[in-house]
Amino acid sequence: MTHLGAKRFLIAAIAAAAAVSAFSSSFNSYFLSVAIDVGVNIILAVSLNLINGHTGQFSLGHAGFMAVGGYTAAVCTLRLSPLIPPELQPALFLFALLAGGLLAAAAGLIVGVPSLRLRGDYLAVVTLGFGEIIRVLLQNSEFVGAASGLKGIAKLTTLGWTFGLAAITVYVIASLVNSTYGRGFIAVNDDEVAASAMGINPTRYKVVAFVIGAFFAGVAGGLYAHHKQFLSPTGFDFMKSIDIVVMVILGGMGRTAGVIIAAVLLTVLPEYLRSSFADVRMIVYALLIIGLMMARPQGLFTLGPRKAKSA
Amino acid sequence: MNATSTLRIPFFLLLACASLTGCGPGGSHSGEILVGEFASLTGKEATFGVSSHEGTQLAIDELNSAGGALGRKFKLLTEDTRSTAGESSTVVNKLIARDGAIAILGEVASSRSLEAAAVCQQAKIPMISPSSTNPQVTETGDYIFRVCFIDPFQGTVMANFARNTLKAKRVAVFTDVKSDYSKGLAKYFKEGFLKSGGGEIVAELDFNGGDKDFKAQLTSIKAAKPEAIFVPCYYTDAALICIQARQLGLNAPLFGGDGWESDQLVKIGAEAVEGNYFSTHYSPDAGSDKGKRFVEAYKKAFNGKVPDAMAALGYDSAMLLADAIRRCGSTDSQKLRDTLAATKDLDAVTGRTTIDSHRDATKSAVILQVKGGSFKYIETINP
Amino acid sequence: MSQFLQQLINGLALGSIYALIALGYTMVYGVLRFINFAHSDVLMLGAFAAYFLNPSIERTFGPQSIPGALLVVLLSALICAALGILIEILAYRPLRNRPKLTVLITAIGVSLFIEYTCQHRSVFRAETRPFPNLFPSRDFQWLGLAVNSNDLVVLAATAVLLTALWFIVQRTKTGTAMRAVAFNPQAAALMGININRVISFTFGLGSALAAIAGILYALKARGIEPLMGVTPGLRAFTAAVLGGIGNLPGAALGGFVLGALETFAGGIPAISNYRDGIAFALLILILLFRPAGLLGKPQTEKV
Repeated sequence: MTHLGAKRFLIAAIAAAAAVSAFSSSFNSYFLSVAIDVGVNIILAVSLNLINGHTGQFSLGHAGFMAVGGYTAAVCTLRLSPLIPPELQPALFLFALLAGGLLAAAAGLIVGVPSLRLRGDYLAVVTLGFGEIIRVLLQNSEFVGAASGLKGIAKLTTLGWTFGLAAITVYVIASLVNSTYGRGFIAVNDDEVAASAMGINPTRYKVVAFVIGAFFAGVAGGLYAHHKQFLSPTGFDFMKSIDIVVMVILGGMGRTAGVIIAAVLLTVLPEYLRSSFADVRMIVYALLIIGLMMARPQGLFTLGPRKAKSA
Repeated sequence: MNATSTLRIPFFLLLACASLTGCGPGGSHSGEILVGEFASLTGKEATFGVSSHEGTQLAIDELNSAGGALGRKFKLLTEDTRSTAGESSTVVNKLIARDGAIAILGEVASSRSLEAAAVCQQAKIPMISPSSTNPQVTETGDYIFRVCFIDPFQGTVMANFARNTLKAKRVAVFTDVKSDYSKGLAKYFKEGFLKSGGGEIVAELDFNGGDKDFKAQLTSIKAAKPEAIFVPCYYTDAALICIQARQLGLNAPLFGGDGWESDQLVKIGAEAVEGNYFSTHYSPDAGSDKGKRFVEAYKKAFNGKVPDAMAALGYDSAMLLADAIRRCGSTDSQKLRDTLAATKDLDAVTGRTTIDSHRDATKSAVILQVKGGSFKYIETINP
Repeated sequence: MSQFLQQLINGLALGSIYALIALGYTMVYGVLRFINFAHSDVLMLGAFAAYFLNPSIERTFGPQSIPGALLVVLLSALICAALGILIEILAYRPLRNRPKLTVLITAIGVSLFIEYTCQHRSVFRAETRPFPNLFPSRDFQWLGLAVNSNDLVVLAATAVLLTALWFIVQRTKTGTAMRAVAFNPQAAALMGININRVISFTFGLGSALAAIAGILYALKARGIEPLMGVTPGLRAFTAAVLGGIGNLPGAALGGFVLGALETFAGGIPAISNYRDGIAFALLILILLFRPAGLLGKPQTEKV
């Protein structure tokens, strides 16, 4: 791979996102909203893939990071928007998304530390518990609306923002994993003991994976908040985390391309089924998940970068 | 294989999405009046969502067998929110932009109504919530209406009831922290009860809706020796709280809001709910023939199931809309909004309803007591 | 003091339900090393089986008779055992040699399939139904302490089932085979153990346990609906991990600890609104000091 080629695609993707976004006012608002959901889910799935797929740390708390980012970004724009002239509003949105990402990254650090000692299902329970703690805290915080939810968030998320940031997420994570430094994530996943014998510090890689993964989940949360214009603590429960885990595993752990396709498929599919299957659509959806997993147990697409460890 | 091809994927997806977004609303304008409804037909709150939907469906069927409105029939398009956050905005977008609904009805949970309200307000499509009691719902904008009480009214009604009728000085409050309905009622109840002086809130505890064990909190409540316990929540939790309170030997009366109203309260709670009180919209024994006729029609339509408050409000939300369409003679959203806002003394199942300047329904409340397995009328309280 | 004792009783009663459900999780995990997500749905199916069987059994045995109740529980357990075996054969067996996470997704798929199928209006419908009292229950009051007989039944059932499971796993031939499969499936097969039969048996037993837990849970909850298993399932899974997953006494201990944590957090007025958060925070702390659970043996990876 040439680094230049990857950069060119990043620029092209962002430019295309901006161009399509410019015309988005003429799109049907339903399709537009599903398209933004797709972009947000791509960011969530690709960022979880760094933790679950590349580094092999089973996390069930991704919705918690998303909640931290979403609430932080929403509070930023709600509080700061009246103080800022209209021409700076896009900059404020970018600032809010970054702030959300950074706070989520801080949360990732807190969760990453227990992962030093815990493995497999024990780590899964700790991340699950962390997600629940975030939900309970939000539910009891009056300044973010507690159980009533946070309303009146401005509609700032556009196709351009979403897919631009999705492209950046994919670029950053793919480049990271493919860099010399990033090989360490895969080494930790493949064999922690061997990795540490080779001078790789598994502890640091695990924490870095959690921090970066959480950062992008926080950004996705910010986009989600300014897309739905409303946040409630129950929206970030355990089932939301499970949805993202399904995307990662169905796409093929550690395979970026497959995970992206799974994120698109699992977002668009329930909407597609809505018209043709009506009240049995979720039953069909569940059967499709089982069927896909049986048909392609190694993940939907095996073309992404993933060389070591046969499944 | 390398990162370049990985990056190509979002790019193509974007193009795919762009081609998808080209399609316009596919709604039929061939004579039917399309009414959109979003409801939690599956998921954790489906018990209430299904009731509300059945009430709405019954109203639409009755309206159609009476000839519809403006010489056209109604068509109800229902989408399921799966009791999940994030779904209501998607489905309401679909109902408006793809199906071409002229008005939206829904939901029970205020959080999901709030999410949908933002979409309806932007699209300038009138939305009527049947049973979201949080004041914020209609504050979203001038296209958002509701047919139920709001929390401040019902909370105050119960505060007055506790003081004047129950003559309670020491009251405990047991709130569902997951539900803004419960928190709203608890907040306004406490304000109302403390305002007049002389009363005291002796214990405040919380649970999470859907819990099955309340004994930890009830043990603390018992230790505070209250004369009455205010439990604003839905009937499935309320019945179990009554049972466990009695099991612990906590014999003070419990009372709640309209979320208690369902024959399931008695079926699940049996003798443990006897003697307890709740406020609601109407009482078949005190009330109008309209209420009785509704109960009969509902039982007939749904295999003998007795309607709960959510069903009655779901029915009224559709009736309020139909009334406005008839009065303004059009389905134009601007005119429909103005006519809805001017609704006065509509004879609804849940009482005479007037839409006030905040687009909330004002109507009287009744207080019922569980006696011998059915609900006995105690008093009516006017706003 | 009496309030503290009452909370202790409440905690034990709640914990014994978690313990009972956790036994099923941990047993399947112990043999197959994967979390059976559909366990909580089999629990729900057990409660519904009892709900539908009860009227006809009451007609023969009379209302709330103890032999009738036992028969209802037994038949529901058998139905769920059959369902569990069927689920394993159809959904998990084809992926047996794949990574465990692949099977986990299939399990989530099975769980969603059962939940949404049961919520459909031509199956069980989504609404809550009142669950009948299968046997008489009464409240005991003693020195200001209150306990309900159903809670004692749950406690007794947990103790009996834990002992029975321990006996099956440690003292019978099938149990030895189960342990062999857990230790090394390939080697077990070479020793002439029919792996498929052992795994079917494990699933059947786990599902029967789920059914019994489901019925006892329904007796406490008084109402049943297709999603009734989700919350207790999640709690029980947490309890199983807390105790050291795969360890039977650990699952029971984890259940009791979780029940006690929730009860004490829930009983304090200023913090009862943070109950779930506090229970999880304490749980994380415990796991930080005991990374393999309360009774689990820490495994050091050999090079």
